[in-house]
Amino acid sequence: MRERSVMLSNILLGLGCALMIAALYLVFIYAPTEEAMGDVQRIFYFHVALAWVAFLAFFVVFICSILYLWKRDVRWDTVARSSAELGVVFTTLVLITGPIWARPVWGVWWTWDARLTATLVLWLTYVAYLLVRGFATEESRGARFAAVLGIVGFIDVPIVYLAIHLWRTHHPPALVGDLVSSMLLTLLVSVAAFTLLFIILLKGSVSVRNMEAEVRHLKDSKMNRRNY
Amino acid sequence: MRELFTRVFAIFWKDLLSELRTKEVATSVLVFALLVVVIFNFAFESGEDTIGLVAPGILWVAFTFAGVLGLNHTFATEKENSSLEGLMLCPVERYVIYLGKLAGSFTFMLVVAAIITPIFLVLFNLPLCLPRLALIIVLATVGFTSVGTLFSALSAHTKAREIMLPILFLPVVVPVLIAAVKATGVVLDGGAWSDMSTWLQILVAFDIIFLVVSVLVFEFVIEE
Repeated sequence: MRERSVMLSNILLGLGCALMIAALYLVFIYAPTEEAMGDVQRIFYFHVALAWVAFLAFFVVFICSILYLWKRDVRWDTVARSSAELGVVFTTLVLITGPIWARPVWGVWWTWDARLTATLVLWLTYVAYLLVRGFATEESRGARFAAVLGIVGFIDVPIVYLAIHLWRTHHPPALVGDLVSSMLLTLLVSVAAFTLLFIILLKGSVSVRNMEAEVRHLKDSKMNRRNY
Repeated sequence: MRELFTRVFAIFWKDLLSELRTKEVATSVLVFALLVVVIFNFAFESGEDTIGLVAPGILWVAFTFAGVLGLNHTFATEKENSSLEGLMLCPVERYVIYLGKLAGSFTFMLVVAAIITPIFLVLFNLPLCLPRLALIIVLATVGFTSVGTLFSALSAHTKAREIMLPILFLPVVVPVLIAAVKATGVVLDGGAWSDMSTWLQILVAFDIIFLVVSVLVFEFVIEE
């Protein structure tokens, strides 16, 4: 069982590396330079891929939170927690790559536009998700609280987006339809590479958490034996 | 249905009674909300020309912060005297406790709003267009308190609950805040009903969604 899992990890890792190198090649060498924006547009391939993965991560949190509250299996909580951590990391990267792109193109680092603001609110919600675990008085309670926030936060996303969209918007609309085929290919490979990266990281993080739990369990059982 | 109402009302009445006897929270929150309005007046240096732009924001920031302060008490007081255990021993479903607490917070925030809003309108020389403003306040307060009561129960069990509640609460109520500020802006400008209907729809949608979600997940928050 463990050997098979290690083998699967290795295959995923190899595939991920290959895909990431392919994505880098496509982004920096293969894809044509965008006419109006120039080379800075190449950050788009990372920006969109990161945003997609961030959203995927929070969707995983949402699903695992529901499953945790329903089945009460700690494994779901472990996945949700790891996924939330990764989601926050990826959202942070989205919020960093965005301004780098926006500055030369829009002339500003930041604008209070629908997607930008919604992403920032999303980031804040899941930072709170991670904080609530740390501040909960017991670990199991923290897991339950986090699950509740994982559900409430995710349901909130479309409403936040709609509200801010009606408020104001500047962000370029999803322009996948207008992309030339070489750009589209680059984007798709980049998205696939980052999705695989997410899966590898999630798997790694979950297995570390499981090992931690196992060590704690062994330690506790040993302590108990000594006491009696 | 009738039975449910009686049970919710019992919890609501308990909260109301204890608040009426101490008046601790109401006075402090009221003074705080008034202070926010006054402080923001300095921060924005609101003259005749800018007041229309900043007034809705000032009002809703005051409500939001005052709301956080009040909501902190919703479950904190139960926790302090270990009366939460007593409440949980009541032979009622968990969501009844939620609804009772929600009714309490809602009434409480509405009272604060009913006092603050006229003062605010007078202080900033704004038209006293209360009926439409009242509708916005009621809808937004349902949104605030439905999420707030859930998070208040949640943060009562955390170490730094005074800071945990706003950290959890504020990002989630962003849509309510936007819609309320925009709709208030329309009302204060003397705009038409149709201009604010979109915002009212967002408020109603938020209220319904989060009432349902909160009722569903509340039992996981206070279970031991």
